Amino acid sequence: VTRALLLGLLLALAVAAPVAASEEKPTLAELEREVICPTCHTTLELSDAPVADRMRAFIRERIAAGDTKTEIKASLVESFGEGVLAAPPREGFNWLAWILPLAGAAAAIVVVGVAARRWVRRTPEEHPLDPELEQRLDDELARFDA
Amino acid sequence: MARRVKIVLQAAAVAVVALLVVLLGWRVAQQEEGRGLDDAVAGGEQPTAPDFTLEALDGDGTISLSDYRGKAVVLNFWASWCGPCKTEAPLLQSAWERYRDRGLVVLGVDAQDFKTDGRRFAERYGLTYPIAHDQDGVTLGRYGYSAFPETWFVDREGRLVGEHIQGEFSEDQLEENIRLALES
Repeated sequence: VTRALLLGLLLALAVAAPVAASEEKPTLAELEREVICPTCHTTLELSDAPVADRMRAFIRERIAAGDTKTEIKASLVESFGEGVLAAPPREGFNWLAWILPLAGAAAAIVVVGVAARRWVRRTPEEHPLDPELEQRLDDELARFDA
Repeated sequence: MARRVKIVLQAAAVAVVALLVVLLGWRVAQQEEGRGLDDAVAGGEQPTAPDFTLEALDGDGTISLSDYRGKAVVLNFWASWCGPCKTEAPLLQSAWERYRDRGLVVLGVDAQDFKTDGRRFAERYGLTYPIAHDQDGVTLGRYGYSAFPETWFVDREGRLVGEHIQGEFSEDQLEENIRLALES
């Protein structure tokens, strides 16, 4: 149990450390993947629109000024609205966007699981072979063996 | 019991799908509204200009199109990074200065732009006419936006008249459409 706890702790640290570093010292490349160009509706990394160039310059300025990722995103939202974020913030109605896909996947797993269980449980007794067909099958097999 | 659960689950699934279809329809209808306006104006109709309320670019309160009912309005959509908008800005300022006493308002809508950039642009070109900042770009879809700059003309009754100019306008185009808006 102690080993498992330690392993869990190590894994949590391994995940949390880069996340914290990314929050405190974001890079242009990662923000380009998390921000949408408002004119072409692709992520910034895929856009060469004038506004995308301006946004990249702004992000560079804010990174150099020492802003955190959250602060930079908040500044962008102030000018361009929440639609500028590639993923909606986890708050209010936006939670639906995060929960619905997971709920859908969970529901699909349950449905497939239940269907598979029913299918496996189906025994031949539940669907007995027609005696006439069974006899015919036996005859065919006997003829084949002969 | 199992049958009842099954019916409830099926009903829930149908409800979710129906909700998604309604949301999709609403979104498409919003996008189509602007295209409908464009077609109507091109066909000589004078549809009512969709009203909006946006934050003023200078941060001093809000601006609504309906604030200017009774006046003719040149409604110009722009952004500071747009090249042709730089050519249009002095022409719009000049028109505002010459026609404001006759009941014309130039109303700028700065969208898809940093507020600070928009403010710098207004200062640089000495723009004194009212300018709103469309943070979420809500007006763009409603007016059938395709690319900056775009200009509509609204008469004193709040109807769209004249041309929907997509791209940079000429001085003659601006004058002619202002005359139509004032006289309509």
